[in-house]
Amino acid sequence: MNIAMKLFRVIKPGFFTTVQDLGRYGFLKYGVPISGAMDDFSLRLANMLVGNDPREACLEITMLGPELEALHDAQIAVTGGDISVRINDQDSQMWQTLRVKTRDVVALGKIQAGCRSYLSVRGGVNVPMVLGSRSTYVRCEMGGIQGRQLKTGDDIEGFEAIQPLGFALSVPRDFVPDFCAEVNVRVVLGPQLDSFTEKGVETFLSNPYMVTIEADRMGYRLEGPAIERKELVDTISDAILPGAIQIPANGKPIITMQDAQTTGGYPKIAAAISSDMHILGQAKPNNWVRFQRATLLDAHRALSEYNDKICILANKLLRSRISY
Amino acid sequence: MYPVARYVSFGDQALIVEFGNTISPEVNRRVHAFHDVISNAKLLGVCECVPTYRSLLITYDPEKVSYEKLVSKVKSLETKSRAGISERKARRAVVPVVYGGDFGPDITRVAQCHNLKESEVIQIHSGREYLVYMIGFIAGFPYLGELADEIATPRLESPRIRVPEGSVGIAERQTGIYPREAPGGWHIIGRTPLKLFDPSWQPPALLQSGDTVKFRPVSIDEFWQIHAAVSRGSYDPFIQE
Repeated sequence: MNIAMKLFRVIKPGFFTTVQDLGRYGFLKYGVPISGAMDDFSLRLANMLVGNDPREACLEITMLGPELEALHDAQIAVTGGDISVRINDQDSQMWQTLRVKTRDVVALGKIQAGCRSYLSVRGGVNVPMVLGSRSTYVRCEMGGIQGRQLKTGDDIEGFEAIQPLGFALSVPRDFVPDFCAEVNVRVVLGPQLDSFTEKGVETFLSNPYMVTIEADRMGYRLEGPAIERKELVDTISDAILPGAIQIPANGKPIITMQDAQTTGGYPKIAAAISSDMHILGQAKPNNWVRFQRATLLDAHRALSEYNDKICILANKLLRSRISY
Repeated sequence: MYPVARYVSFGDQALIVEFGNTISPEVNRRVHAFHDVISNAKLLGVCECVPTYRSLLITYDPEKVSYEKLVSKVKSLETKSRAGISERKARRAVVPVVYGGDFGPDITRVAQCHNLKESEVIQIHSGREYLVYMIGFIAGFPYLGELADEIATPRLESPRIRVPEGSVGIAERQTGIYPREAPGGWHIIGRTPLKLFDPSWQPPALLQSGDTVKFRPVSIDEFWQIHAAVSRGSYDPFIQE
């Protein structure tokens, strides 16, 4: 039964908080971007910690967390970028199941490392499905809470008739990611590799690039040595996917992210491998990114290892059960 | 058009099949015919397809199909699709437009730029049928071509922050329609009362790649009549054949 139940009232919305799940698939040809969590790893874990399907919708918090008043007893978890979690002024832990009672105030602080944190609720955040997903796509006011970021006074709904978990789970310490200011991201070269000189490709692979303040869910503009193109005319627009690294005429890379438009005309020198997208999703302005070349085979192996890791974690979580 | 299609890997979950390096109806029709074949084939591991001017993007799940296997299956279907180009029947839409005035503020500049009267710009723009090359930029935005050379106009030097919903614009040898308010650098020559995108529709976009579009000049009165019919959900812009 899909009966809505008010779980939280937003006292402070934070800097940019949206509802996200794993994304909206199947509508690229109509110009609808995939959207979804920028760090899918943390979103999956947040869900697993409250016994949800890993694909459920959570709150994606950017830079500064919200303050929420509980309207009902609930179980929540906070994962992703390091953020302070306080329940009624009591410090609480990230990466574990937390219990919240009616009238409790959950206050999240400023993200110290990484860029995005995830707050899950037992049963999942309940907003209407739009084209098969609950993810917010702000540019077209689609999904989430009225297609926009959270604002003061919003009610966050969950599902009635969801049984609370009888226990708490926690992520083993060695599985909690480190969020560094310098990251390595593996890339598969192409699809428009022939638009670049050998020197251009060399520049791209051998220098760190800095994320500028022009960085959001659509994409990041990077600063660093200009990447040489063979011609300055752009290519004919074609399809783009999250992770594509486009090089406009100024030679400075633009990484497309989850909310990026579906077509574009800058030549693409490479694309981040799928299993490193969650690392990119945590990069913030002034962080550095180094691109490492991977073969398609490497990328596919890394993806299946990534999926395995999530399965292993699911088992480890179950073994971490602490009964109330 | 390339003599043989190019196969290019994109990231670790997509394949691009490229048919040429020009924006032309011939190359684009080839893309749409191929898109039909791939969609109908329902290949194992294929997730979605995105037709663009000159290529088809195919996303796949590498846990279900290897890249090599996918390429070989797609190649065998590509040979078959060559025969299908002439058979493909496009849907034809007629899009009502109020040209000029507040709804099309740039029509004067376009006319001046080409030494034409505004009425001539309207006649040329509405005088031919366009092909929907692809949908992109924002949800439901159709890239239409080819625009007549006589009115082809470069993009604005500095893009507008807000282009209203329904605006009909031109840029180079293309024309397009803004499904919602957005920033934009195209010359705006008119506005349509049609709704181009609604996530509650199945599919969500009015126009799809491969459709054809003809513009029909209408008066402001007719604009509002159609607008009301569109709101009621009782306006069908497609020609029944």
